[in-house]
Amino acid sequence: MSSARTSTLANLRGRIERIETHGDAHDLNKVALGHAAADAVLHGGLAVAAVHEVFAEGHQSATATGFIAGLAGRVSPRRPLVWVRQDFSEIESGALSMSGLCELGLDPRLLVTVRAPDTDAALRTAADALACDALGAVVLEVWGQARQLDLVASRKLTLAAAASGVTALLLRMAAEPRPSTAETRWIVRAAHSPPSTPSMPAAPWSAWGAPVFDAQLIRNRHGPVGRWIMEWKCDECLFSEPAAYPQPVAATPARRPHQAQAFGYQRRAG
Amino acid sequence: MPPPLSLTLPRKGGGNDIAFDAPSVVVAKQHNAILIYALDDLAVRAGLSIGLPLANARAICPELTVFDADEVADRKTLEDIADWCDRFTPLVALDPPHGLYLDITGCAHLFGGERALLQIVSGALSRRGFAVSAAIASTAICARTLTRHGSGKIIADGEEAAAVAPLPVSALGADDAITAGLRRAGLKTIGDVASRGRHEISARFGAGFTTLLEQALGQGDAPISPRKPLPDYIVEKRFPDPVTTDTVIAMNLSALAGMLVTAMDKQGKGARRLEASFFRTDGAVRTIPVDTGRPVTRADMIDRLFRERLDALNDPLDPGFGFDLIRLSASRTEIVVQQQRDLDANVHDNDELAALIDRIAARIGGKRIVVHLPEDTHIPESAVLAVPAQHHLAAAAQAAWPERIESEPPLRPLRLFDKPEPIKVPFATVPDGPPHQFTWRRVTHAVVRVEGPERIAMEWWKQNGDGPTRDYFRIEDEAGLRFWIFRDGLYESEPADEEGEPASVRWFVHGLFA
Repeated sequence: MSSARTSTLANLRGRIERIETHGDAHDLNKVALGHAAADAVLHGGLAVAAVHEVFAEGHQSATATGFIAGLAGRVSPRRPLVWVRQDFSEIESGALSMSGLCELGLDPRLLVTVRAPDTDAALRTAADALACDALGAVVLEVWGQARQLDLVASRKLTLAAAASGVTALLLRMAAEPRPSTAETRWIVRAAHSPPSTPSMPAAPWSAWGAPVFDAQLIRNRHGPVGRWIMEWKCDECLFSEPAAYPQPVAATPARRPHQAQAFGYQRRAG
Repeated sequence: MPPPLSLTLPRKGGGNDIAFDAPSVVVAKQHNAILIYALDDLAVRAGLSIGLPLANARAICPELTVFDADEVADRKTLEDIADWCDRFTPLVALDPPHGLYLDITGCAHLFGGERALLQIVSGALSRRGFAVSAAIASTAICARTLTRHGSGKIIADGEEAAAVAPLPVSALGADDAITAGLRRAGLKTIGDVASRGRHEISARFGAGFTTLLEQALGQGDAPISPRKPLPDYIVEKRFPDPVTTDTVIAMNLSALAGMLVTAMDKQGKGARRLEASFFRTDGAVRTIPVDTGRPVTRADMIDRLFRERLDALNDPLDPGFGFDLIRLSASRTEIVVQQQRDLDANVHDNDELAALIDRIAARIGGKRIVVHLPEDTHIPESAVLAVPAQHHLAAAAQAAWPERIESEPPLRPLRLFDKPEPIKVPFATVPDGPPHQFTWRRVTHAVVRVEGPERIAMEWWKQNGDGPTRDYFRIEDEAGLRFWIFRDGLYESEPADEEGEPASVRWFVHGLFA
C-alpha cells in the first residue's frame, strides 16, 4: 500500500476518532478544553495539527508541565504521546513522574520519553516525531532561551504538524516568548487552591490540592486573547472552572490588540 | 579440505617510510633479562637472532639501534590487519603474537584463485612495510608451520606430510621445552618426529604435542576460532575506483540494502542488527552498527536508519582516499510474522511507532528513548523503571499501573527529583509536624496549606534497603506552588544534641505538583 494512501486512511481514522470522542465540538479540527470561556475564545477548542506554546517561569515548571500534560490528554486521549526533553530540564525541575501522570488521570502506557542531550537533538527528534501520523501529540520540553527555536524552526514544526495531523506542544521554561508560527501561546502560573467554603463542606484535608492553573492566553492567531483560572479535573480528564473560586484574577480584554500593531511589535522583537 | 591461509608477520619490516642505516632491534624484558623481540634484515645479516640477550647483541654489533617493545600497540596493529583481512573472508582468527588465520573456503575464486589471493594479501601487506610470510594448506597448523620457513607455499591436499617433513621442529611452534627435548633426542626435523611411533611421542611429550604434530601433517583438523561471529547475511560491493563522495556512498548503501532484503526475504527473515563496514584504501576499516526494535524487512527503512546514523556520528565517516569495499551485513535476524496491514489500524500504528523509535534510536542512541514500566515498590524514586523503547514497547503497552483514587486530588507529584534536594527548615513547632516555612534554592517559601504526614518506611528486608523513615507532606505556598517535601528520619528515634534538637533530621523537597 502506498504511503500516501496510508496517511489518508490514518487521517480519516483520526477524524472519526475525534468525532466519536468529542461529539459536541464545533469543529472537527478542534478539541474542546472543557473550560467554557476559553473554548469560546478559541472557537471551540484547541486546534489539532498545529503548534501550541506554553511558557512558564523556571520555578513554575511543574505547573506548566501539568497544563501541557492536560492539553496533550485532551488532544489525544488514546494515541501514543512522545515527550522530548533536554537532559538539563530534568536536572533543573525533576523528571516526569509516571505516578504523577496517573494521578492526573492520564495513561503512562501511551508515553514514550526521549531524553535528548541538547536542544538541537531535541528539536530534530521532535520534528521527526511530528512526521509520524501514528502519534497523537508530541511534547517538546526546552529549558531556557534556546537560540535554535527561531521562526524557521517553528515554521518547520508547524508544517510537519499540519502534514501529519499530530499536535505539537512546546513547553518553554525560563524563556521569553519570541516570534513564532504557533497557533496559540500561553503563559501559565500556579493558582491557589480554592479556599474551602461552607458551600463545599468537604473534609479539610481533601479540599485542596487539585491542579489549578492561572492560564493566560497571550497569542491566538484566530481570535481574542484572555486569562482564566482553570482547574484540571483528574477524574473527567478535562479543564473546568474551579467550583469555589472567588473571582477571575484579571479582566478579559474585549478584543486583542490590532493585528498590524501586534506584528509590528513582533518584528522589532525578532 | 578447506584451505586456511596463514599469515605470519614475524619481523619488523624494512619499512618504506622508515629506513635505518644501522641494524635495529626491538627488545622486551623476559624472565628478568632484556632479550631481542624482533629485528630487521640488517640485524639478521649482522648475526643477531630473536631471543638473544641485548648485551650479547651489543657485543656482536655495537652500532645497534634499540627500541622498546610495545605489546599493546602490536596487538592493536594485529587487530587492524585482521580488520583489513575481513575483506577477503569473514572468518579471520588471531594467532598472537604475530599470526593470523584466514579461512578462505569458497572465497579464493572471487580473487582469481588461491595463488592470486596469496599474492594480493602478501603484496598489499609488504607494500605497507610489513615483513609477511604466508602459506595456504588444508589445516591451520600446517599452514602456520609452513610460514615459519619461507613464504608463498600452497600445499595441495595429501601433500602436507611431505611439505612439512624437511622443516626443523621449531617450526611447529610447540613449547620451548618440547622443542629442546626433541633436539636432545636427536629429532631435528618434523619428518624425523613423524617417523617415530605416536605412542612414543605421546609418552614423552604429552598428547597435546601429538595432536599438534598430526594437524601439521594434515591428519586431523581443529577449527579456527574467528574473531567475530559469522553474520547471517552479507552483501558487499567492491569498487575498482575508490568512492569518496557522500552521495555515491549513500547510493551504494541503499542498493546494498535492497540486495540484503532480497536475500533475507527468501527465507522470511528480518534484520534486528545491521552492520555497515567501510573498507578504506589505506587499510582502515570502520564498522557502524544499527539496532532495531523489531525485524526490519524493507530496504527503504534500512536505508533511512543508516542515513540517520551516519548523520549523527560524532566523528563523521572519513573516506580519506576513498572506500574500495562497502559491506552490509545482518548480524542478527529473526523470522518475520507477516501481519495484515490494510485493515487493522493498530498494527499499522504500532509499525509506524516502532519505525520512528528505531530512527530516533539510530540517531541519539537506544538508551535515550525509553518507555516506562511500574516497579513493585513504594519507594517513590524507584517506582518506575525506564527501559529502552526499542525492546520493551509491547511490555509497556500492557503494563498495569496503580489506579488513582477517584475524587482525590493528586497524591503524587508530577515532577519528581531523581535525588531529593535538601531544604532549610528553620524550626518546626510541633516535633513531628510540618514546617511553617522553608528555603529551597535560596528562595523562602511560606507554607499556607499542609497535608500529611504520609509515612514511607524504607525497605528494611532488602540488602542496603535500610534507611531512615520518611514523613511526606504536601505543601502549598503563598504563591500557589505545590511541593512534596519530606523529613528524613523520625524525631523520637533520632539522637538529640545538647540543645535538645535532633542532630540528623533533615528536610528535602522531592517533587513538585502541578
